[in-house]
Amino acid sequence: MAPDHGVEFAASPDGAAASSSALRCSGVWSVRTIADLEHRLERVPWPAGELVIDGAGVTALDTAGAWLLHRIAARHAARGRAVRLTGFRTEFAALLQLLAARHVALQPPQVLVSPPLERVGRRAAAALAGLWDYLAFVGESALALLAALRHPRRLRWRPILRNVQIAGVDALPITGLLSFLMGIVIAYQGADQLQRFGANIFVVDLVALSMLRELSPLLTAIIIAGRSGSAYTAQIGTMKVTEEIDALRTIGVGAQDLLVIPKVIALVIVMPLLTVYTDVTGVLGGMVMARLKLGVGFDAFVDRLDEAIQLSSYWTGLAKAPVFALIVALVGCYRGFQVGGSADSVGAQTTISVVQSIFLVIVTDALFSIVFLWLDL
Amino acid sequence: MTAAATHDVIDVRGVHTRFGHSVVHDGVDLSVRQGEVFALVGGSGSGKSTLLREIIALQQPSAGSIRVFGQEVVGLADAQALPLRRRWGVMFERGALFSSLTVAENVGMVLAEHTALPPPLRREVAAVKIALTGLPPDAGAKYPSELSGGMRKRAALARALALDPELLFLDEPTAGLDPLSASGIDELVSNLSEGLNLTIMMVTHDLDLLWHTAHRVAVLGQGRIVGLGTMAELSHSDDAVVRQYFHGPRGRAALEQAWKTR
Repeated sequence: MAPDHGVEFAASPDGAAASSSALRCSGVWSVRTIADLEHRLERVPWPAGELVIDGAGVTALDTAGAWLLHRIAARHAARGRAVRLTGFRTEFAALLQLLAARHVALQPPQVLVSPPLERVGRRAAAALAGLWDYLAFVGESALALLAALRHPRRLRWRPILRNVQIAGVDALPITGLLSFLMGIVIAYQGADQLQRFGANIFVVDLVALSMLRELSPLLTAIIIAGRSGSAYTAQIGTMKVTEEIDALRTIGVGAQDLLVIPKVIALVIVMPLLTVYTDVTGVLGGMVMARLKLGVGFDAFVDRLDEAIQLSSYWTGLAKAPVFALIVALVGCYRGFQVGGSADSVGAQTTISVVQSIFLVIVTDALFSIVFLWLDL
Repeated sequence: MTAAATHDVIDVRGVHTRFGHSVVHDGVDLSVRQGEVFALVGGSGSGKSTLLREIIALQQPSAGSIRVFGQEVVGLADAQALPLRRRWGVMFERGALFSSLTVAENVGMVLAEHTALPPPLRREVAAVKIALTGLPPDAGAKYPSELSGGMRKRAALARALALDPELLFLDEPTAGLDPLSASGIDELVSNLSEGLNLTIMMVTHDLDLLWHTAHRVAVLGQGRIVGLGTMAELSHSDDAVVRQYFHGPRGRAALEQAWKTR
């Protein structure tokens, strides 16, 4: 083994022929050098007989270095060899004593990794349990809501109004802008086809029907899921991490009453209103495009609007809004309560909340379409 | 260990801190010697924690100089502070353990960032630190949210010790602990300062901890150091703030207890 060429630590553990079984340690034994020292120790030919660890040359020792020394000593002692530590400075000897006194296990506890099949099973069981939990949560919320509606005075109007403000009024610019743009896009896409048949005026039917029946409730629900649903999860989740939910319970205020019901009621109020608003802005967008691209004037557009849409188109769109509101609010709150004690978990649950509520909103929209088809609306 | 052995590890000169119109520090001077357990005490809002944050370069004083290991930390950018930060460990008041990692991973993360240890050795060293702080071996696999308050403090201490720092900062090491856990921390602080030859600077309210572990204590009041010395010296101080602090009902009880146990 080559001697150490001026590196700051020097472990010449074999001591070669000089002394039969003395392990001479020297230099710096610290967290920065033990990786290399361990590597060298693996190549040492361990002689039989008593093992003497000579630490006279050690100039610096920290807990990591001491651990390495302790480990050598403990491993050899476990194999029934006599081990003697000698020549260490008093403070280093004290450190080694401290480690020995703590009885650190030689092998750190292994983390058990379960076999794949077991993991699949656990996942499936957890998913089922999750479904059950969600149903329980919906049931609990329904009961709390019924109780609240039976005594409207006990409803917490202040948080409801605050939520109306945050989820509704504050969302006006973004929902309005997006549905306006959506109206423009639909009119623009339809313009070519309609022009080919000289049916320019039917752009009104195209825009109004698609916005009122489908797009504006869906668009509103998706924006609210991203905007407010995620906020609900993050808020309740953080309150769970900081034990505020437990505090509420001890004060005797139901978390459902204070956190869930006001949000549900607020969204159920706000979502239909926003839907009507986005109906209007969406059709306005189509109107602008119809005039620019198809030469359909505002007057002609509004005249045609009367014939193009029946009341049923308006109501079928609007009927979806409160259902979407329930989905977004309940999923958002439920995911918040699912947060476990860490910051990571808040992020994970917020992601799940948004993905799940958008998924459920779209699935529900499809169900609505089927039902409306049956009802011939 | 180095040439700094004869110098003060921390040297604070003329530190002024203002938040808007409120003056927190109005010329604070103090120095911490190599190898001692130094405690900073003072009433709520006296700026103890602010001073600590300024020393560990998380916050800037309005004026003054703070030298740690002989190097000025005021106005130091994060990149320049890194070599210094590797030489000290900090235990925050509420632990500040990363909640998404287990205790062993919390300790191992520091080692992984700053050393080239192979993973098995890293896990072993992390286990050693955890054992040093008196936690049971199975605590390493647990998440911070599964631990009790006292265990969380110990885990935070294990992380602060990960790189074998020369200097350890403890912010309220016993706050929020039951007396039994708190006296465990007393013992731990003494053991560490002797066994690992650490310099410890702590901020605390805990009079028992002060009597049992601190070599020197500085009392912060009205924006400056109003008393400095051993606990025995301070308990005879004439300064109004210091007297109020050590001769309140709790101060008296701790003092009597301390004399009894001597």
